[in-house]
Amino acid sequence: MIEIDRITKVYNGAPAVDAVSMTAESGTITVIVGTSGSGKTTLLRMINRLEEPTSGEVRINGESTLSTKPHLLRRRIGYVIQGHGLFPHHTVARNIGAVPRLLNWPKDKIRARVDELLTLFSMEPEQFRDRFPAELSGGQQQRVGVARALASRPDLLLMDEPFGALDPIIRARAQDDLRQIQRALGSTIMLVTHDMEEAIRLGDRVAVMDEGSLVQHGSPAEIVARPASPFVADMVGGMERPLRLLSLVPLSEVVEDGDAPGDALPEDCSLRDALSACLWTGRTAVPVEREGALIGRVTLEAIRARAELSA
Amino acid sequence: MQTIATGDARHRVSPPGLLFAALGLAALFGPFMTLAANRIVAGEGVSIWAVAPPSLTLPGVVAVLLGLVLGLPAVWPRLRLLGAVLGLGGLLWLLAQGAPAMLEDGGDYARVSPAIGFWCLLTILMLLMADALAQLAPGPLMRGALLAAVLGALALILWSGALSPLSVMQEYSSRRSAFIDATARHLQLAFGSLATAAVIGFPIGILCHRDQRLRGTTLPALSFLQTIPSLAMFGIMIPILGWIGDTVPGAQAIGIAGIGFAPAFLALVLYSLLPVVANTVTGLAAAPPTAIEAARGMGMTPGQRLLRVELPLGMPVILTGLRIVLVQNIGLAVIAGLIGGGGYGTFVFQGLNQTATDLILLGALPTVALALVSAIVMDILVELTRPKATRTA
Repeated sequence: MIEIDRITKVYNGAPAVDAVSMTAESGTITVIVGTSGSGKTTLLRMINRLEEPTSGEVRINGESTLSTKPHLLRRRIGYVIQGHGLFPHHTVARNIGAVPRLLNWPKDKIRARVDELLTLFSMEPEQFRDRFPAELSGGQQQRVGVARALASRPDLLLMDEPFGALDPIIRARAQDDLRQIQRALGSTIMLVTHDMEEAIRLGDRVAVMDEGSLVQHGSPAEIVARPASPFVADMVGGMERPLRLLSLVPLSEVVEDGDAPGDALPEDCSLRDALSACLWTGRTAVPVEREGALIGRVTLEAIRARAELSA
Repeated sequence: MQTIATGDARHRVSPPGLLFAALGLAALFGPFMTLAANRIVAGEGVSIWAVAPPSLTLPGVVAVLLGLVLGLPAVWPRLRLLGAVLGLGGLLWLLAQGAPAMLEDGGDYARVSPAIGFWCLLTILMLLMADALAQLAPGPLMRGALLAAVLGALALILWSGALSPLSVMQEYSSRRSAFIDATARHLQLAFGSLATAAVIGFPIGILCHRDQRLRGTTLPALSFLQTIPSLAMFGIMIPILGWIGDTVPGAQAIGIAGIGFAPAFLALVLYSLLPVVANTVTGLAAAPPTAIEAARGMGMTPGQRLLRVELPLGMPVILTGLRIVLVQNIGLAVIAGLIGGGGYGTFVFQGLNQTATDLILLGALPTVALALVSAIVMDILVELTRPKATRTA
């Protein structure tokens, strides 16, 4: 569990982060979202003490981060930045093994861990181990950057705009991969972004920052359905809020008995996908399937009900 | 090169090759060697055809011409390299055949030396070699092997005595032990000052990298030192070190005096500081900011960051600084001869006083060769320290 307790950072008399408190459960993704200058990156960097807090403290599993030397603390916390920050003169294997080497792991243990992570990120170890970062695509560099941050099985993974340098298609894939890997490993992640879409897509919890303060902290559905201020409503995107909300609800939640014409959608698709399919093919309902077998349908009525409920 | 070579015939001729051939042809008509009655008087030029009987000159001239012709085609760099080697071989052959033949009827004190025609052809063929090598772009290890082969061949030729009748070699044989001393002293001056400047300059460079304010004062100060003309610098050293030698007890015992090795060495060290410090600062700043941020974020200490990220990434630039210093100091060390610092400069200034050109050459030629070899070796080292992914194969 990560507890942020009234943490404050003052630059030249003006607070960049003003007494922010929040708690993140272990094994969840918390996305801190805000515009530039909102203090979100400063907040993140105070967790691994790349910035020293002016006051307040952070506790990881009950232990204050102030009780450890900064560089020792950082070896226990994974850190991923925009533009990956890989060491250009080291191979993929040396990059991923960087923190284990700082922790003096034995060589064969590091090698095994590197191969394990490469496999996890669907990069064939034989093929990629000895390449240099410049020989990888942008998406591969980003994956190596995340693998490097996970190498020593850190208590916490901090990510600062990790997908900012990727094009939209690769970014969506990288987000899905991250979600999957986070579920598989049970990692605790705090991720900073300016993109509300990304926040809603990835976050178990979303924290919205504005001018150094935490303005709302809750589940993506809460943020979309009940924005705490006009600023949050604006961030969520006004007119698009019903669609964002629909994108959070899987078909399995509203599936009902009955038939519908046309191609079936898998049950883990969102209501937004179902709405899109209805509009595109002029249907009033779509069939839903689970592992290839039809389990019922979702109607436009049901979709509308879910969208109106929140509005 | 390869792409334009597929076009019309006009482009199949290498433009530099054409220039070399034209200049080389012109140089063939200049005096190739000179014959002088003794080591002081000016010699008389002898054309390339007349340095030896035709049966001996012909193979040499043919080799030189063939070498220039082989330099023409743009598409076969290996052939061009072969041409350069052949041409250089021809030049050496002519020199080795011409010297004894000309001395035969020259009298007891007669001296033969290479003349303008030889030097021009030598330069042209070496440029052809450099051009062909640039086209071939050999890897660093291959370049090292080539350099070793060239040096080996040169040593073999000098050792064989084929060039001994040449005037400059006669100057050498009458000063063999002085030459060896001068070589040792020259190397001490150039490499010793480099090592000292590196030992002082690296820490200053690292501190300057860390501290903006220190950089703001240090670099201009070193830059100022660099602008002092070399003769003036050596001159300034004389009273300063002379005073230290006279007043500080024990200073004279360790060789500190107004003239000699100490002031020359100190001046060279001062000249070296700017390139070493400036390139260290630039090199350390060459690491991508995101890599530094990542290194900090993963828990590297400042020392680990320096050793594992900043230094390896900056090494090519830092070594380039050392290369500049080394080549610069090999040249500047000649001036040290003026204040009794020793080295090859001794011969150069003795030669100037006696108007003995060949004695000047005895100092100048090894200086040039040393600078050239050092530059090539340092370039190879720079290439080897470059991160593999960005290295040009």
